[in-house]
Amino acid sequence: MQRLLILGATSPIARSLAMRFATEGASLFLAARDLAEVERLASDITVRTGARAVSGVFDAAEFYFHATFFEKAVAELGGLDGMIVCFGTLGDETAAQVDPEKALAILNQNFTGAVSLITLAARHLEQQKSGFIIAIGSVAGERGRPKNYVYGSAKAALATFLQGLRGRMARAGVHVMTVKLGTVDTRMTWGRESPLTVAPEAAADSIYGAWKRGAEVVFVPWFWQPIMGIIKLIPESIFRRVNI
Amino acid sequence: MPLPRRGVLTGWGSFPIAESDIYRPEKIAELAAVVTSNSTSVIARGAGRAYGDAALNGGNRVVDMQRLSRMLAFDSESGLLRCEAGVTIGEIIDVFLRRGFFPPVVPGTQFVTLGGSVAADVHGKSHHRDSSLGNHVTSIDLMLASGEVRRCSREENSDLFWATVGGMGLTGTILEVELRLRRVESAWFDGEISMAANIDEAIETFERTERQYGYSVAWIDCAGTRGSLGRSIVNLGNVASRQSLPPPLRQEPFKVPPRMHPTVPFNLPSFALSSLGIKTFNTAYYAMHRAGPKLFDYQTFFFPLDAIRKWNRIYGTRGFLQYQCVWPLSESRAGLIETLEAIARWGGGSFLTVLKKFGPQDGMLSFPMPGYTLALDFPITRELMEFLDRLDEMVVKRGGRVYLAKDARLRPEVFRAMYPKAGRWLEIKRGVDPENRFSSNLARRIGLPGGE
Ligand SMILES: Cc1cc2nc3c(=O)[nH]c(=O)nc-3n(C[C@H](O)[C@H](O)[C@H](O)COP(=O)(O)OP(=O)(O)OC[C@H]3O[C@@H](n4cnc5c(N)ncnc54)[C@H](O)[C@@H]3O)c2cc1C
Ligand SMILES: NC(=O)c1ccc[n+]([C@@H]2O[C@H](COP(=O)([O-])OP(=O)(O)OC[C@H]3O[C@@H](n4cnc5c(N)ncnc54)[C@H](OP(=O)(O)O)[C@@H]3O)[C@@H](O)[C@H]2O)c1
Repeated sequence: MQRLLILGATSPIARSLAMRFATEGASLFLAARDLAEVERLASDITVRTGARAVSGVFDAAEFYFHATFFEKAVAELGGLDGMIVCFGTLGDETAAQVDPEKALAILNQNFTGAVSLITLAARHLEQQKSGFIIAIGSVAGERGRPKNYVYGSAKAALATFLQGLRGRMARAGVHVMTVKLGTVDTRMTWGRESPLTVAPEAAADSIYGAWKRGAEVVFVPWFWQPIMGIIKLIPESIFRRVNI
Repeated sequence: MPLPRRGVLTGWGSFPIAESDIYRPEKIAELAAVVTSNSTSVIARGAGRAYGDAALNGGNRVVDMQRLSRMLAFDSESGLLRCEAGVTIGEIIDVFLRRGFFPPVVPGTQFVTLGGSVAADVHGKSHHRDSSLGNHVTSIDLMLASGEVRRCSREENSDLFWATVGGMGLTGTILEVELRLRRVESAWFDGEISMAANIDEAIETFERTERQYGYSVAWIDCAGTRGSLGRSIVNLGNVASRQSLPPPLRQEPFKVPPRMHPTVPFNLPSFALSSLGIKTFNTAYYAMHRAGPKLFDYQTFFFPLDAIRKWNRIYGTRGFLQYQCVWPLSESRAGLIETLEAIARWGGGSFLTVLKKFGPQDGMLSFPMPGYTLALDFPITRELMEFLDRLDEMVVKRGGRVYLAKDARLRPEVFRAMYPKAGRWLEIKRGVDPENRFSSNLARRIGLPGGE
């Protein structure tokens, strides 16, 4: 039976992923900032699947609290087999581009907070020589764009961090997977749908499938791989003018 | 406060259309922020399966409740399930049928939310035995205009409970519903198909089998006239006990054959629904059926239309209207004959015509009453509105009424004549929503609250 810690559990993508793992019999520790909501989600998983789901709170930017939080979660689960990092925010990009404090908040919520928690989990899993980490990045990290480069750079940094960690963890038999997510129909994109937007359940299915087959880096949905492949090839001077 | 998306919405009949600021909260706190914000009026929307304008609020705000869909508690002893309003009937079936439980009442599609089903107080094929969904709801958590969440049940705030069941979202936003699921031994229905040569035979079949069968519905061939007026196929059934299943099914009594889900890919051109086309379809469908015993799986039995996703597109972009009415028992036969004759004379034809029998009913704005109900659907044409006004007059005269969840054109004075408890309902509405913050296209059209 898998014992999983899910961070950013109030994301609908996390909800669907949690349901997939719970259906397979995993027991879960769900966490985000909003305890009342996490508790509702935990009840939902238990009612629908019969799996054990407990809830807790953490804030990605409150680093000093992470170690205690992590220990408590592992203790409640009775061990740890995997961690899923689903937290992240777009923040107010326009404001962040002129206000360093806001820019740093976006970095903390998407990158440094993740580094802190992933490091704790990696240390634990490395010692036990098994387990996995799934972290949700974004195609926005593939290329800096005027529209969202603060958020994009945090996701790019996260991807690089995970790439290195993956190499090191492979020696301990720990599976580290980076998800490069395209647009998903969540509160983050509400009102900004495009024909490429997919439902959170579909995104979760792809992520789950990729994890099952042991993928290391996966674009979700798959078509973002060729799209970003081309976008990355466009020379800087032209890219600036096309304004994508 | 979450941001809205400006968008155009319609009901399942694609008529009318309305543009609104649409919110889709994923947390209770986000919903509260939308409901209490001091701006335009607001209406909750579930899966948008009401046919007309009940879940529309043109120029105002709409709250899409589908993401608030968490199941909160289940007691397998009592069958009591508490969940958020955005959970669908289909999800309840997916989760609980294999554990031997089924929703107590289901409408003709499983793609409806619990909130929408309570707000319309939906009925199923077992109304004569089970009444409507509200009869099985034990409590509702309602978010009022002030943001306060009030629990209502038969014991606690019972007036508000009976104004909210069937209240079309106008007393507040339903957050949570607790209802009692029914224990079942299988996913199958043991029943029969009975052919009725005319309306009298159809009524006689309902009356004769009422005690024997919990579920009954008739599909009327609208091409029948004179002696064959109202000729129909009557489906009757009960949940099959495990023992009664053929041996191969007995092993896994909750497993049913998977369904293919073709989707109607685009709006069909309008000539597909000429009156000749409708009559040909009806005659052929009637001819396809034979009387006799039959074992149905629950999907075929309850949700035949769900087999084809987006089937409303067969009506093309101009949309269609459902017209469902009910007459008191004593007036039902005369009302049915009068209406079917009027349709035959008019010549427009109804694509799907469904007949059911209703039993006892509570609720202030709930549609059912003891008697027979007829559901008709018509592609929209210029003459249709006038024709339906005439049907309204005939229904009112006999003390009957029209179903709001399917309506898009009823007039305020006709509504008042059909729903005698509307006055009492309005008192309660004014008590909980004095500023009329909950409103919809339907509410304004039928004058709820009226400007007296
Ligand atoms: C193919 C088909 C077959 C049908 N068969 C039947 C049938 O057999 N019997 C029957 O009774 N009906 C039937 N209906 C009608 C349908 O069951 C009702 O219209 C039901 O209300 C639809 O639920 P919804 O979730 O789609 O709600 P919507 O259509 O989105 O909304 C319907 C009403 O509910 C309100 N509402 C929705 N959610 C909430 C909430 N959380 N809080 C407060 N108010 C809310 C809305 O404001 C609106 O007034 C059928 C519809 C279709 C398309
Ligand atoms: N939607 C997309 O199109 C898209 C595209 C690419 C990548 N992604 C990524 O996918 C992930 C999930 O996002 P989503 O779209 O599902 O958005 P979402 O619904 O807003 O989910 C964001 C999650 O992050 C949590 N969170 C935010 N700030 C936090 C903080 N400071 N501390 C702890 N938790 C915090 C939220 O929890 P609470 O607010 O409840 O605490 C919530 O669980 C994110 O990493 C996002 O960057 C999304």
